[in-house]
Amino acid sequence: MATIINIKEESVLDVKDFQFTYAGNDAPSVNKTTMPIAKNSITALIGPSGCGKTTLLRCFNRMHDLYPDNRYDGEILFKGRNILQAKEDLINLRIQIGMIFQKPTAFPMSIFDNIAYGMRLQGMKNKTELQDRVEKALKDAAIWKEVKDRLKADANGLSGGQQQRLCIARAIAVEPEVLLFDEPTSALDPISTAGIEELVVELKDRVSIIIVTHNMQQAARVSDYTGFMYLGDLIELGKTEDMFVTPKEKLTEEYITGKFG
Amino acid sequence: MANILNGRDNLSIILDKIFAHTSKFIAVSILLLVAWIFTVLLQHSMESITALGFDFVTETKWAPNLEKFGALPAIYGSVVSTFLAMILAVPLAIGVAIYLSELAPAKLKTPVGVSIELLAAIPSVVYGMWGLFYFVPIVRDLVGGIGISMLTAGIVLSIMILPFMAAVTRDAMDTTPDILKESAYALGGTRWDVIKDIIIPYAKAGIIGSLILALGRAIGETMAVTFVMGNVHQISMDLTLPATSIPVTLANEFTEASSGLYYSSLFQLSLLLLVISFTIISIAKFYFLRRKRVGL
Amino acid sequence: MTHTTKRIIMNNIVMTLSTISAVIGMGFLFWILGILVINGVDALTWTIFSQEGAPPGYENSGLKHALIGQLLIVGAATVVGVPLGILAGTYLSEYGQKAKLAETIRDISDIMMSAPSIVIGAFVYAVVVAPMGHFSGWAGSIALTIIMLPIILRTTDDMLNLVPSTLREAAFALGAPKYKVIIQVVYRGAKAGILTGILLGVARVAGETAPLLFTSFNDNFLNTDMNEPMASLTVTMYNYATSPYEDWQKLGWAAAFILSMFILTLNILGKLFLLKKKGR
Repeated sequence: MATIINIKEESVLDVKDFQFTYAGNDAPSVNKTTMPIAKNSITALIGPSGCGKTTLLRCFNRMHDLYPDNRYDGEILFKGRNILQAKEDLINLRIQIGMIFQKPTAFPMSIFDNIAYGMRLQGMKNKTELQDRVEKALKDAAIWKEVKDRLKADANGLSGGQQQRLCIARAIAVEPEVLLFDEPTSALDPISTAGIEELVVELKDRVSIIIVTHNMQQAARVSDYTGFMYLGDLIELGKTEDMFVTPKEKLTEEYITGKFG
Repeated sequence: MANILNGRDNLSIILDKIFAHTSKFIAVSILLLVAWIFTVLLQHSMESITALGFDFVTETKWAPNLEKFGALPAIYGSVVSTFLAMILAVPLAIGVAIYLSELAPAKLKTPVGVSIELLAAIPSVVYGMWGLFYFVPIVRDLVGGIGISMLTAGIVLSIMILPFMAAVTRDAMDTTPDILKESAYALGGTRWDVIKDIIIPYAKAGIIGSLILALGRAIGETMAVTFVMGNVHQISMDLTLPATSIPVTLANEFTEASSGLYYSSLFQLSLLLLVISFTIISIAKFYFLRRKRVGL
Repeated sequence: MTHTTKRIIMNNIVMTLSTISAVIGMGFLFWILGILVINGVDALTWTIFSQEGAPPGYENSGLKHALIGQLLIVGAATVVGVPLGILAGTYLSEYGQKAKLAETIRDISDIMMSAPSIVIGAFVYAVVVAPMGHFSGWAGSIALTIIMLPIILRTTDDMLNLVPSTLREAAFALGAPKYKVIIQVVYRGAKAGILTGILLGVARVAGETAPLLFTSFNDNFLNTDMNEPMASLTVTMYNYATSPYEDWQKLGWAAAFILSMFILTLNILGKLFLLKKKGR
């Protein structure tokens, strides 16, 4: 069965016997999985296309609920409760567990309004407070200098890399505990990619991060822990520095050395 | 037998040319046809244009037996009935579009969507019959008058344009990329938040264009309205009174035109109608709607 | 009440209103279909098909004249309009492509698809009926052809564009002349889509009344001479339903039922063809 190491930090999320089945499918896309997500660390999920890594990621903020008839089985524990229960407050959950997507998704509004969006949803109206929080978020995302003189400009005028930073700023503005990154640099050029990777590493002091990536080198560069998935199973979870050098599972070794995927 | 190593034989070269030129000719003819339509309408309107001048659109008296042709009542009727129809149809159509685009459970999406499209396919003469036999009595009972009225025409017209409007608005909303919507949900947005903050701004051009396009079609609608409007050339604020619109006038009076001036006035109305709807549809198309290329 | 609670309430209100709108929309559909079926089936008898029209009050009047007239008028329009439309659409997709001329033709066709059909009737009256001196089935067909052309043209253009260019290139690479590539490869690949376009185009013109009002006009009796005024189902419906005679009104409902079922069937068939094509 899967080789999961004991993480030394406390876990911010605990996946327990978790299984996910898409609507209309008989077979689950994520098979019985148990794993911890370490707090204030970066956990990377890697594996070939279709292995279930993105599917699993989207379970943490219950994105799958947007589409009917998907099925969660098992538990995902967060702050002492199972977030898969029907009575879970999804709006509240999504404020605490944020997500950044594969392509930059700047909203059709100004840069300022983009960052302020999450806070306004929660009812924040005070102009000064909003301005302060927006500025802080943009600084934390290392994009403040570039946009501070054009906060009212349309966010779609920014370059791809800038827009992705904008999305990160937007997500951290609501001060989440966990950030989910779904292949965040797959649509970016190498320089922007490097910048995002640097930012992700900086952020881990404040948030716990799970990053799905199809780029093994990226996982090796940024993450503390790496989980390798294959055909819906979590094959191995280990410390990144160890896993890429001496993986414990044969399948992991084969993937890392490029034998498939 | 053609030697493919040497190139093609003469016959296939000729056939190729014939095919290419014929298809081009037919395609270009469509442009010529449209120009011809405008020209013919203009030609046959000349008599009344020169005789009546600008008074045609400002005079309120339309009395063929007195050779008086004021088109204002017809224009007024067209404007008011279309306006009424839009007020009723737009909110409903947007509601249906939201339902189809964001709300409907998977199993219902296709049946309801197809039903709305089928409603759009029902011929307008059937809407007219339904309006005449079933709606007119209702209006009569509810607001008085004889039931044949501007109000009834506006309502029947709104039902007629509702399916088309709902379908194209839904199509516009569906162009919003999923991950853009998901990004808003991921920040804790509700469905309505996503619709109002993301979908509508993103699809704004398409939505407005769709509404204007529906307006352009509504203004040319004839049969649904002819049954229930009454073809009475009068201008009144009382919506329970019968009225007329440009298409209704044409439908009722074209075959009765007895004099050259009458005939020419009707042609002038046709030209006016064509120009107005052409303009409205062009505005929708060029300012708001990018051409949807199926499959690009 | 927190802002989020307000948002949730607002969300529920809007969602409820939307669902109500959809229910209202469906409600009208069922209402109209319902009265069509109730009145139509009630009026449907064999005499509809076997008897031609008659003055009101006659025992055995039917719709044969209108049905046959409709078939002839729409049939003639289809026979002319479909090939012309397909050829024109072929020009746009295979030759003109993105050139300015082709784009202009597309734009004008799009606009014509939404333009008022009664104006087409007036045009055909001026160029066909007036010179001929009388109404005729041909005039009606010509009006319907003009309406059908842009529809067939655009759907053909769109459907041919869906055929991958690699297919064309493969045929050219084998030395086939362009017209053969189009006829043997591209048309075949877009077959289902073009057929759907034809079905939808026919369905659309079959339901038209306004352009026939002063072109083919009307006839209460069976007439198969296209040179003469001719009954059509749509104009007959209009005349019979607005008449004060109950037996005529009944016939009007029968006509409405037959016509609507025909048009809805064509539409459903068309959509099924498209679905089948997508599913492949």
